Formats: sequence, structure tokens, C-alpha cells
Amino acid sequence: MIEIRFHGRGGQGTVVASKILADALTREGKFIQAFPEFGVERRGAPVAAFARISDTKIWPRHKIYEPDHIVILDPTLIGAVPLLDGLKPGGWILVNTTKKPSQLGFPKEFKVATVDATHIALKYRLGSAASPIVNTAMVGAFARVIPVVKLETLLDAIEEGVPIKPKENRAAAEEAYNSVIMEG
Amino acid sequence: MGKEEKKIIFKSVNDLPPMAMSLGTMWVNKTASWRNLRPIIDYDKCIDCMICWKYCPEPAIYLRDPDERVAIDYDYCKGCLICVEECPVDAIYTEEEGK
Amino acid sequence: MKRMAIVGNHALSYGALLSRVQVIAAYPITPQTQVVELLSEMCADGTLKAEFVKVESEHSAMAAVMGASASGARAFTATSSQGLALMHEVLHWVTGARLPVVMGNINRAFGPPWSIWTEQTDSLSQRDTGWMQIYAQDNQEVLDSVILAYKVSEQVLLPTMVVLDAFFLSHTSEPVEIPDQEMVDEFLPPYENKYILNPDDPHAFGGLTNPEWYMELRYKIHKAHEEALQLIEKEGREFEKLFGRYYGLVDPYRVDDADTILVAVSTAASTARYAVDLLRERGKKVGLLRIRVFRPFPYERVKEILSGAKKVIVLDRNLSPGAGGIIASEVRGALANVKNHPPVFSYIMGLGGRDITTKNIMELFEEVEKMEEGKDIIWKGVKI
Ligand code: SF4
Ligand code: SF4
Repeated sequence: MIEIRFHGRGGQGTVVASKILADALTREGKFIQAFPEFGVERRGAPVAAFARISDTKIWPRHKIYEPDHIVILDPTLIGAVPLLDGLKPGGWILVNTTKKPSQLGFPKEFKVATVDATHIALKYRLGSAASPIVNTAMVGAFARVIPVVKLETLLDAIEEGVPIKPKENRAAAEEAYNSVIMEG
Repeated sequence: MGKEEKKIIFKSVNDLPPMAMSLGTMWVNKTASWRNLRPIIDYDKCIDCMICWKYCPEPAIYLRDPDERVAIDYDYCKGCLICVEECPVDAIYTEEEGK
Repeated sequence: MKRMAIVGNHALSYGALLSRVQVIAAYPITPQTQVVELLSEMCADGTLKAEFVKVESEHSAMAAVMGASASGARAFTATSSQGLALMHEVLHWVTGARLPVVMGNINRAFGPPWSIWTEQTDSLSQRDTGWMQIYAQDNQEVLDSVILAYKVSEQVLLPTMVVLDAFFLSHTSEPVEIPDQEMVDEFLPPYENKYILNPDDPHAFGGLTNPEWYMELRYKIHKAHEEALQLIEKEGREFEKLFGRYYGLVDPYRVDDADTILVAVSTAASTARYAVDLLRERGKKVGLLRIRVFRPFPYERVKEILSGAKKVIVLDRNLSPGAGGIIASEVRGALANVKNHPPVFSYIMGLGGRDITTKNIMELFEEVEKMEEGKDIIWKGVKI
């Protein structure tokens, strides 16, 4: 069983990202639980979402306190919230940023991957220039860093699952998949 | 519509339907039994205003065939005498029941 | 059959769709809103041929489905917490009128103080309304339980509440097998009830009933619950033949040689199953008894399974102030007439949506290992 925590801000599509992942894994016959941090969501406020992934039925049903990997959809969260809490040594930190992994200064015990999802989202006009929606690009990058699902399955899930601009979202995910930088 | 008398007799719980139904339908239980004064319409005085029909708390006043004048259904008239009170021309008088 | 990732709320909606409900009346409340949203979409686009009645309160919602059911329609609603409390009067009415309404309830703590998070007190406090109550532990069970609920309800003429945890199921996406409509149709025939409102055969329903007969009608409700105990297991087996999944009154796990058995409901029971596996790996002889059906309460099953244990732990994510855990009092009641019954350790935890983790549950077993005499109430995690 792999446990993942997503960090983003209200309005960036963090919860939808975990749902798309759920859809993709379900298509491959795998088991997944994807759920938001339960609360009252406000635009711009830090939000978290969780996913458990397994080849067999998943029994534990509570929040994830010791994730195997974390995904950060918004680089401005770094330093603002305790993102690395409970992250297991050797786990991946996937960040949406223009920087390279080594420039982020995360502790050596973690592996770091970066992708410029904001740039990709803007390129495909996902969301607005002021608040680009980076979730599909981030799950694209995720599929490369943490290979729990085939890219093709994920792209199909995106195309059929997003409410608008299915082709653009698909392209954004594919571009992120191909452009993510991994160190560790 | 015919109103034939239906006798329902329960001896034990097994005879009962799952909920209280038909135990007290108006169809079966004629509610006039508690009337002690009988309202009677004097058709010579009645002006067909239908105020009695409006005020009757039971559906006991109806339009009879074939002249469509008000009439009292003594199966259901409970003898409250609201009709007597409300009739503007005092066309309804009473008689004691069982006399 | 289609496998889809859906949230628990939508599992309720799909359950209603596949049961071909004919009338839906509901009022939105967090965390139930998605149930009604999807059903109203299904009605609007013609996927579900049902009358969707908009109402101004939960009391009216229950009154509307009661009327629908009384006129011969298969009726559905869903609510949560304060909404369920507002339905309370009509819940009694539906049972007394012997109407097989099925509803979803998303467990949410009562306010004040305001909370939107899970605990079971809202549904458990409707214990004596005569509704059957099913507590699901995953989204598949939510969907399947709606279909099963209609199947049993319509035979015994009692209403059923399908209950799920706020967020841990209601807002969690996970794979659910959506059964084929033809197979559901094969399992669940159209609703038929000979005691319905019918202008060609008029009756008065629920009229004033003398002390001479009222008690007999209550007796009949209780007898119907007893009949449901058998029927739930029988229909569970029929369901299994068609769909490959069995749901009974209780769900025992690794209890056969267990010294200590934990009793739990809902998602806490799902987590407990994982905890039991971890403890078994460490050689601890522990087991789990998930209560799936709370009304009718499966006293016989509970007795059979718990009598052999050395210790019984009950996890209650609910509180009857002044008494304690509601499930624990049932469990103690079930064991009262068993000779030399095991001591019961009654834990209150996870109120108002406080997380119940695998670690928390393992701690319960570890704590009880050190205790000899049963305890009527133990507060887990209160900041004292
Ligand atoms: S006495 Fe009362 S019940 Fe009878 S007809 Fe007059 S108003 Fe109606
Ligand atoms: S109220 Fe008097 S006058 Fe009017 S219809 Fe009745 S009996 Fe006739």
C-alpha cells in the first residue's frame, strides 16, 4: 500500500487531482481511496488531499499521517505549512516550481522531483492567468515519478473526467509527464 | 355508491392488518350514533343559500336528487347543530332523537 | 457491470437509481448534498424516471416520501444530523404506517457546537423509531445496501436507514462495481403493497386505536423486526449468488480463536480490521466483530460470537450522555444472560469526526490486555 498526501490551495483543483487519480487506478483494476482533508474550503487557503493505493482492498480509513510521498501543487506553501510532516525517508517530494530539485533545499533523506506545472497550465489556458489550474499537469508528472498507473490510462481518465477543455488537460498532463525533473 | 355494512371482528393479533386500517373507517362506522337532537330542514323557509353546507364540520350536508336542494345525511350528522345556528332564515329546526 | 471510482454519497444515488425508485423528496444538508445533486441530475436528464419533489425542510421530505410510499410508490430520501432530527416525528409515523421507505443518512455530529464531521449519535438516537438501520463500511456496501434494504423492507413492511460516515465514506472516492440493471431487476421486483391508499377501496389509515388494540400493532412491528433478522441473512445469500458479495447482520473477522474481540461499526470497523491483522502478525489473538445491522439488533449472532472470548472491547463513536456508548449497552444487554460472560470494556472515541487511526485501535487492545475487570466507560483521547 502506498500513501500519498497532496498539498495545494483552495481553487487549484487539489481534490480533483486525487479524484482523477482514483478514476485512473480504478480503470486498471487497482484499489484506491482518494479523499480531501475534510473541512470548509476557502479559495486560496491551504488544503490537503490524500490517496491510498494498493493492489488489494484497502482497510484503514483515516487521514494519512506518515505518507510515502507528497505532492505540492503550490510552491508558496513551502515554509508556510509543515509539508514534510511524517514523510517517510526515501519518499518523493514532487513540487510545482520553476526551480530544479537541488535548489529547493529539502533534507537529503528525501527524493525530490520538480515540474513547472504553472507554466504548462498557462500554456494550455487552464484556469485563468491569475489562478492557473495545475492539477492535471501535476498528476501527469506524478505518473512519471510514482509509476502506479500507466500514462495512457491516466490521460484517458483526464480526458473523460475533467469538466472543460479535455484535450488541453490531456496535453498538459502529457507534457508534465515528459518534462518532470527527478533527483534522488 | 353503496354503503353496505362491513363487519370487521378481530379476535387476535393475527387477524389485524399491519397497521391500524379499517378499524375505524367512516364507511363502516356510521358516526351519527352520538346525535341526540336531529336537525330538520323546513324547505318552505329554506332559501338555498348553502351556508349550512359550508359550516357543517362533517360532510353531512349534500345536494339531494333530483331538485338539488340541501339535505342532511343522518348516517353521519353528529347533531352539533352548527347548521341550525348559522342558517340565516332559521329554516332548520330540531327534534329529539328516539321520539 | 461497470467499475467506477465514486464517492459514498454517489453510491447512495446509484443504489437508488438501480432500485428504480419512483419518488425522491429531499432537502440538502452538508455532507449529504451530493446524494441529492446527482439524483436530481439523473431525474432531469431522464436516466431515472422518478418524481423529484422539492421541499422546504427535512420534515416535509420525510412526509412526502411517506405519502408516496403510502400510495404505492418506491420512495427514497437522504439526510444527515440535524436534518434527521427534524424528521424524527415522521420517522415514527412511517414505521407505524408500515411503509417500506429507504433513506440514506450520512453520520454527522449534532450541534451545537457546530460540526460537520462524523459520529453515529444522529442515527443511533433514532434507535426507537422502528427503522431498520444498516451501517456500511465502504462505498460498495453503501450501494449494495440500498438495493438489499428495499428487498427486505418491502417484505416485512418496515423502513430502512442506510448509514454511512461523513467524509470517510461520503466524500471518499474509491472503486465501486455498479451492478447491471437487469441483474438488479432480477433481484428486486417492483414494489407491491396491498395496504396502500386506493380510491377504489377506501380505508382510514392510522386512525385512533383503543388501548385494546394499540399494543397488538406494536407487537406486530417488533415481530416484523424479528422476521427481518432471518430475511436479511437469507436475502444476503440471494444477493451473493447474483453479485458475489455477501452482507449479513454482523461481519466477524478472525474471531474463532480470539481471546479479545473488538466490536465496532462503520469505517472504524474497517480500520480495526487492518489493526487486527497487524496485531495478529505480532502473535496477538485478537478479532473483530463488525455490527452491520443495528436494528433489528442481532442479539443471537452477537452472543454466539462474543461468548467464547475472554475480553470484549466496544468502540463507540457516539455518546448517550448520562449512559455512555450506545453499542456497548446493546452488547452488555446481549451478554447479560450468558453464563460467565466475558468482561466488556466500553470505549468512547472519535466524536465530532476526531480521527480514529489504526494506531489508536491497536492501543485499545494493548490497554485492555493490562486490565482484568470490565469498564462501563473509558474515554479515549480526551484532553483531561
Ligand atoms: S347538526 Fe352538525 S353535523 Fe348535523 S348537519 Fe348540522 S352542522 Fe352538520
Ligand atoms: S343555511 Fe338555511 S337557508 Fe341556507 S341552505 Fe341551509 S337550510 Fe337553507
